[in-house]
Amino acid sequence: MSGQTRPGSGKEPVGVVGIGQTKHVSARRDVSIAGLVREAAARALQDAELGWADIDAVVIGKAPDFFEGVMMPELYLADALGAVGKPMLRVHTAGSVGGSTALVAAGLVAARVHRTVLTLAFEKQSESNAMWGLSLPVPFQQPLLAGAGGFFAPHVRAYMHRTSAPDHIGALVAYKDRRNALRNPYAHLHEEDITLEKVRSSPMLWDPIRYSETCPSSDGACAMVLTDRAGAARAPRPPAWVHGGAMRSEPTLFAGKDAVSPRAGSDCAADVYRQAGITEPRREIDAVEMYVPFSWYEPMWLENLGFAEEGEGWKLTESGATELDGDLPVNPSGGVLSTNPIGASGMIRFAEAALQVRGAAGAHQVAGARRALGHAYGGGSQFFAMWLVGTEPPGT
Amino acid sequence: MKAGQRRQPQSLSHLTGRHPPLNAVPSPRVLSAPLVVEFPFTRSLGPVQSAFLSGLRDRTVLGVQASDGRVVVPPTEYDPVTSEEIRDLVEVGQEGTVTTWSWNGSPRRGQPLRHPFAWVLVRLDGADTALLHALDAPEGPDSVSTGMRVRIRWAADRAGTITDIACFEPAGDSFEPAGEREPATLPEPHTGEFADPVTGIVAPARLDYTYTPGRAQSRYLDALATHRTLGERCPRCHKVYVPPRGACPTCGVPTGEQVEVGPRGTVTTFCVVNIKARGVDIDVPYVYAHIALDGAGLALHGRIAGIPYDQVRMGLRVEPVWAESGRYPDHYRPTGEPDADYETYKELL
Amino acid sequence: MTGGAVNGSTGARDVAVVAFAQTVHVRAADNLSEVEMLMPVLREVLDRTGLSAGGIDFTCSGSCDYLAGRPFSFTMALDGVGAWPPISESHVEMDGAWALYEAWVKILTGEAETALVYSYGKSSAGDLPEVLTRQLDPYYVAPLWPDSLSLAALQARALLDAGETDERELAGIAARSRNAAEDNPWAQLGGSPGADALLESAYLAMPLRLHDVPPVTDGAAAVVLAAGDTARRLARRPAWIRGMDHRIDAHSLGVRDLTDSPSTRLAAERAGLFDPGAPPPGLAELHAPFTSQEVVLRKALRLGADTVVNPSGGPLAANPVMAAGLVRIGEAAARVSRGEARRAVAHATSGPCLQQNLVAVLESDGSEGGGGGKGVGQGQGTGTGEGPGTGEGPGTGQGEGGHT
Repeated sequence: MSGQTRPGSGKEPVGVVGIGQTKHVSARRDVSIAGLVREAAARALQDAELGWADIDAVVIGKAPDFFEGVMMPELYLADALGAVGKPMLRVHTAGSVGGSTALVAAGLVAARVHRTVLTLAFEKQSESNAMWGLSLPVPFQQPLLAGAGGFFAPHVRAYMHRTSAPDHIGALVAYKDRRNALRNPYAHLHEEDITLEKVRSSPMLWDPIRYSETCPSSDGACAMVLTDRAGAARAPRPPAWVHGGAMRSEPTLFAGKDAVSPRAGSDCAADVYRQAGITEPRREIDAVEMYVPFSWYEPMWLENLGFAEEGEGWKLTESGATELDGDLPVNPSGGVLSTNPIGASGMIRFAEAALQVRGAAGAHQVAGARRALGHAYGGGSQFFAMWLVGTEPPGT
Repeated sequence: MKAGQRRQPQSLSHLTGRHPPLNAVPSPRVLSAPLVVEFPFTRSLGPVQSAFLSGLRDRTVLGVQASDGRVVVPPTEYDPVTSEEIRDLVEVGQEGTVTTWSWNGSPRRGQPLRHPFAWVLVRLDGADTALLHALDAPEGPDSVSTGMRVRIRWAADRAGTITDIACFEPAGDSFEPAGEREPATLPEPHTGEFADPVTGIVAPARLDYTYTPGRAQSRYLDALATHRTLGERCPRCHKVYVPPRGACPTCGVPTGEQVEVGPRGTVTTFCVVNIKARGVDIDVPYVYAHIALDGAGLALHGRIAGIPYDQVRMGLRVEPVWAESGRYPDHYRPTGEPDADYETYKELL
Repeated sequence: MTGGAVNGSTGARDVAVVAFAQTVHVRAADNLSEVEMLMPVLREVLDRTGLSAGGIDFTCSGSCDYLAGRPFSFTMALDGVGAWPPISESHVEMDGAWALYEAWVKILTGEAETALVYSYGKSSAGDLPEVLTRQLDPYYVAPLWPDSLSLAALQARALLDAGETDERELAGIAARSRNAAEDNPWAQLGGSPGADALLESAYLAMPLRLHDVPPVTDGAAAVVLAAGDTARRLARRPAWIRGMDHRIDAHSLGVRDLTDSPSTRLAAERAGLFDPGAPPPGLAELHAPFTSQEVVLRKALRLGADTVVNPSGGPLAANPVMAAGLVRIGEAAARVSRGEARRAVAHATSGPCLQQNLVAVLESDGSEGGGGGKGVGQGQGTGTGEGPGTGEGPGTGQGEGGHT
């Protein structure tokens, strides 16, 4: 074996130089699936001041194909995404897919297989119905529930029991995220007249989860252009640099599973922090975009990701630290609670984290954000994908 | 090739049963059931596809001009070479030339014709790419050839879908005008504007599957028929899985040893469901709970009744209530025992 | 492509296939759930390399919800891995060959030394040619429900019209493949009465006959990849991945030249198959489900008489959709490891009429003999002794299956 060792071994640093999203809405009746993904991709290319021909490979992700009723839709989308003659990969890791997709794309650059990669995730949920897509009947199984809310509500109750968190914490999160969304022109829900009281008096759907504490169902896409050092040097706007990225998975159900604080989540975060040299996440990370589809998941993930001690996450939320002007803003974009094109939701978290450290988040910019965490999870709280992005190149 | 490295030829019939069964416990029968996946997908079209399908409804066929001058039919929103947005629509002919074909002797559900027909790629006059559709060729495959001339047969009822073209039909050897225009004048620029444009289609899709839950689930379901709940123990970590799914998910090995669990158990956590879901025939509100049956290594999911929903609590002791029919317990009800201590079930949420 | 993308054949690290296992492929493994079908091959590659799931640095799988009609079906398959403590893991909604590609890239980054790759599919759960219509353009094509067999027949007709092949050659490909499969105990179909007899049979989808068409197959496969010295430690004769690349063509059949596969050619070039001075591959495992597609691929890969094509029998002998491409890489690797060839090319495809294609070039170290010790394939050296797969599936004979 001849080992061909490349000069300058180690991973190639990866920069995010282009970010694009659609305006997320419940139904984009004016576009095809191709039109939806092209809108996000074109904006990402425009942000990077690149053309389709500058892209070496395309990595696309989405949640189950049943949502749109198109099997492996990347085949049909190859032309629309300028992928003809190029490599195209399709990732599917349930709800975490948007994050996993970005990480797979980053890996192609880090491994120096490609220099500039377009990564994109989408869901056009209006083509079918999310409840249907998530709850197809399975013979021999007892239909007890439909949709995700009922699945996650018992875990929220377990968290409340375990930590003695007061009932109102969930409402605080929803109220914060919906107000943040008002500052984000791409967010789906823009509830101008939102009040804490409205959240607290909204109907109880899956007790302890109220209507206003749940995520919407959205049509939307998110795209990013990832590139190497040379590409970043040519970029017209400051890149976000990837300082760490990881995926972790554990089984759906198993004896001893901690669904409130899954070990896959804390292991994943620990790996990312190790790569990024973070030892005190609460102090060293300036903004967090975490996957919070139901409000209570904010305090739950604050603990799981090491921002709070076990049982203390709700206190951090209650203290106001996670508000846009707090010392650890969580979901300045409005989060999944305000925008949820399922397959894209994880990538939106990753992209919003990158926007923060590029100083490009507009009205929901966290002042002086230099390091931000993007987080996604999926399945039965079992698939996790995270990245940490920073203003400075890694290792500086 | 190295002698002796190569596998000896073997008769395939000797392979069946060659391997030991995966599990020590045989299953008397393996279940299967039909699974229908069906939904009427609502597809919005975007500008170019909207123009094309509106055109079909009005018996007009549109293509789009690509940057290299080619006319793409059916039209896409993006250039085939540069991927840039393209919007220059043109009208093309309603006759064309078969570029390749195949014979479909036994049409399937949903296909354009019920009797045997040819699938064809047709390059319409004025187009540079080909459209896939059916060719009605009553004289059989011998009457079909590449290069043959065909024309559109319009459907009587047209709604703005690709099936507004009912199929193609042979156009004979003569070079007939397409519609009212001479082919030579095509393609001709077109605004793409139609009165009452079609902006979306409904695409019903039904797929029929046979679902086979496998050995472990079949064993579990068999036992449920006698109102017994059989878990399976992992040979490595010794945890008892209910329902068993064939593998111990933490050890990645088959579970085998069957262990009867329950019938009583503990509510480890729950939610109160207040919204009615399609396909779930239960009146709201109801309690959906995680229930750790005695002896099980994890909780299964069930409904709690026989107690006001707002009095259900973590730690509640319950037992199954079987209905006349039904594979599973209809619900679980309180046993009247004292609540279980959190420490006894905190690992079983 | 724009300049500068690193050639797929010059990876920074040497990565090899060190173990491969597949099920005995059957028409319908209807006594098994997906995880029950998959687990034995996972155990086999792990046991053979002496690794546990936790000892593997990265795991990646390929499968498709639409095959079984269940969303998130891959989440249940994960039960067979033993993902505890949590593992670094990903999934592609693609053939397992692309899962292997993702794992290969992961090792190239230096973030992993070893990777477990697996894929599986139970095509028997649905009507496969009908299910595959859902892959097609949802506006212009899918509403016509054109089955995969008919589309392959359009491609075959284009080849016949262009004089690229004739029906006798196609029958010869079928006969050669199924005769080769007689030496492959994992294959579903084996044996052939020969091209003359095959040409007597009726058309299934003119110009394709039953023998031109792959069987419907349930099956699974798993591979372990490892880098450099780790690979040498885990297998006596690792099959080194000299290069790997994949490319996609336009989706619409009406804009493509169906007699050619530019994406295959480009992927092969980027994978180093045509590198100056490189010898022609001794064998090729081609993911050509239809006889006519082998003709297209041989041309695109520039395969000549000195390359043995599909010594395993290929997908005409067993076509477990979502795993069939990974099986090609595994078969090629196992044969390279056994010394059947010094250099081999493996190919995987996806989409209608060879829309998307992956090419991997595999090589052995070459010099020393390969006898004994841990080979890559099954039944070699220190196999587990336990059967690898779904041995209890119903036997399938020649002529059964197909898309009928």
